[in-house]
Amino acid sequence: MKYVDEYRDSEIACKLLGEIHRITTKPWSLMEVCGGQTHTLVKQGIDEALPKGVRMIHGPGCPVCVTPLEQIDKALAIAARPDVIFTSYGDMLRVPGSTTDLLSLKARGADVRIVYSPLDAVKIAVANPDRQVVFFAIGFETTAPANAMAVWQASKLGLGNFSVLVSHVLVPPAMTAILDSPTCQVQAFLAAGHVCAVMGWTEYEPIAAKYGVPIVVTGFEPLDLLEGILMAIRQLEEGRAVVENQYARAVKREGNRSAQAVVGRIFEPGDRTWRGIGSIPASGLHIRSEFAKFDAEARFEVGDIHTQEHPACIAGQILQGTKTPLDCAAYGTLCSPQKPLGAPMVSSEGVCSAYHAAGRGLAAPTAFPLYELSRPDR
Amino acid sequence: MCLGIPGKVIEIRDDGSMLMGKIDFGGVRKEACLAYVPEIEIGDYVIVHVGFAISRLDEEEALKTLELLRMLDDDAVAMELGSMFAPDEAAEPAGAAGAAPPAATA
Repeated sequence: MKYVDEYRDSEIACKLLGEIHRITTKPWSLMEVCGGQTHTLVKQGIDEALPKGVRMIHGPGCPVCVTPLEQIDKALAIAARPDVIFTSYGDMLRVPGSTTDLLSLKARGADVRIVYSPLDAVKIAVANPDRQVVFFAIGFETTAPANAMAVWQASKLGLGNFSVLVSHVLVPPAMTAILDSPTCQVQAFLAAGHVCAVMGWTEYEPIAAKYGVPIVVTGFEPLDLLEGILMAIRQLEEGRAVVENQYARAVKREGNRSAQAVVGRIFEPGDRTWRGIGSIPASGLHIRSEFAKFDAEARFEVGDIHTQEHPACIAGQILQGTKTPLDCAAYGTLCSPQKPLGAPMVSSEGVCSAYHAAGRGLAAPTAFPLYELSRPDR
Repeated sequence: MCLGIPGKVIEIRDDGSMLMGKIDFGGVRKEACLAYVPEIEIGDYVIVHVGFAISRLDEEEALKTLELLRMLDDDAVAMELGSMFAPDEAAEPAGAAGAAPPAATA
């Protein structure tokens, strides 16, 4: 049991696909919340192999994509300071701010460093006591435990030169905002398995009940996604709307209590702006006042930020699932992974980059669908 | 960024302030914080996000799911799929499927 190859078995994938075709009698629209799930669906061609009328709407679950432009511009302002070592997950470096990005800033001499884990940023702070080390703490509930632990460690070590620029977002308020939208077409959700590994799924039960939408906690491998889709369609066909757990090997109903405890100690919920979507009440995490000295926004003066999105980019509508990258005039022409106009084309979880990597809507396809990938000669 | 990857715990140690360990991701070994999976034992599999193990994988649940998936009705499937997946293609071993990305996010 290696928990990877077993979930990429093409024979079982075909059986699952067949079962989905067998039970589907009506058109349905499902949303996969997480950008990682979008990438697997598109790369393996799963969304295109579903029964006619069954549509996968790609959700806003790409943390890099929804980090508001204002926070990116603040990051750029802080990173440009000569006394600062600015640390970040690698995905953020090429995300366009209003005028530039972190990578260009680095090329011009700013000390911007990619870290794999926020604890690496704490280590850099310990090793550089005469410099200010700032970590760009972005993400969903999955990265919150790691970012919270970094603040906790810095506090225990009494580090005066470490702070975090926070842009944390939460999944359930975003799902509610999508369901409240008058243009909402989502009839069922595949919830993000790793968010639920941390938080459990009790928060989703009132959403399923109130809006009458099936919610299936789903993993990330091809078989996970196919089974999640099958479970969601089965509920829709039977007229049920409950929370079910496809990803039982990794997710328990109560989630990870020790991770939740540390997150709750450092952060508290508050309103948050989502890039391209707008402000959603109680959809983010902010540093508690007790730990305010580790808040980079309080430590550095970064007022007077005037943001400017590229006029050709329709990332907001794409992130809300009302448009796909193929509806964008700039996709594949003005906007590409080499020269992105919006965050969804940069991030490894962004839907535009998923489409581009799979060659969707481009002259020369760059990837092969499910049944071709599974051939041993490839 | 926040790719969640399953790996096997091969070393556990308390570095004074935190439970840390070494994880084997199919040959690639990396440090990870194990503070959020205090019950972990050597040989267990965990999901690792940005250097933190966030969940211990439950082998019993994993085997149960795979068993159920394998029991899906072959005949019904063949009927539905028709010529979409020719039997000789579908029956081939999942060779390059292992080349797919390791796992995912959020």
